[in-house]
Amino acid sequence: MNAPPSQDPDLLRRLLRAKDRMDAASHEEWPVARLARVSRVSAAHFARSFKDAFGLPPHRYLLTRRIERAKSLLRDTDLPITDIAFQTGWNSLGTFGRTFRDVTGESPGDLRMREKAAKHALENVPHCYVSAAYRPNLNIAVSEKRRQEEDGKNEATKKEVP
Amino acid sequence: MSQGVGVVGLYVRDQEEALQFYVGKLGFRVHTDAKNGDYRWLTVQHPEQPSFQLGLYAPGPPMLDAATAQTLREIVAKGAMPPLVLVVDDCRETYKRLHARGVEFTQEPVDRYGSVDASFRDPSGNGWKMIEARGAQ
Repeated sequence: MNAPPSQDPDLLRRLLRAKDRMDAASHEEWPVARLARVSRVSAAHFARSFKDAFGLPPHRYLLTRRIERAKSLLRDTDLPITDIAFQTGWNSLGTFGRTFRDVTGESPGDLRMREKAAKHALENVPHCYVSAAYRPNLNIAVSEKRRQEEDGKNEATKKEVP
Repeated sequence: MSQGVGVVGLYVRDQEEALQFYVGKLGFRVHTDAKNGDYRWLTVQHPEQPSFQLGLYAPGPPMLDAATAQTLREIVAKGAMPPLVLVVDDCRETYKRLHARGVEFTQEPVDRYGSVDASFRDPSGNGWKMIEARGAQ
């Protein structure tokens, strides 16, 4: 992968504002047109510039924030998983569960059980850094991740055949 | 106290703008403002913390070459510099006051972990977490 091109710091500062707005309200819908308005650039320019600046497309960044927030609600609250799905911006429990599993490798229920079993000593770390530590590292598209995992399963199946 | 950390600096895109922000909006005081040609050594202090200075530096010559300075300006503008924490007695009250002065908050005050915290950025993009001192109220 080539290094991203040098970017105008004033543009980057405005792109950061769009990123901040997604961070502050990741449960909301953030179509590119809305983000572009925050950054005061055209929609076409926004998507490309955002990816160059932050290493992933804006919609995928939003997805990582939603998953991160869902993980923290699963860990720190007893809210039903359905409520967590809707609070973090999904329109259906099914989509939430499937995307969550694709990104994190486990179901929301499994993650909750595992996290509750392990006690964390994070009280002394400011919240935003704790949440950053839990942010999924989504460096490929979810669809691509799904496909790779499917391929992996097929490989494993093939190998089992003598 | 005679030993310890005396100065920690931030990179800012414009020292005059940073001065207006840290002094005019946050209420810091200027400690040192010394110019030598294009170079400006600028530090500010929190009024309740006389042993510590926060440096506000513009990346550029003579310390840095043009390409390195440009990279740093980009990194600052992306909000990728290390986290900063400002401790306050009353997070909600300070939020109200700073917000009214036009400080760009990225997170409103939230109660958690037995404290209250909010987030803001300086004009350059440096991110601050503002945390209420535990047991302050």
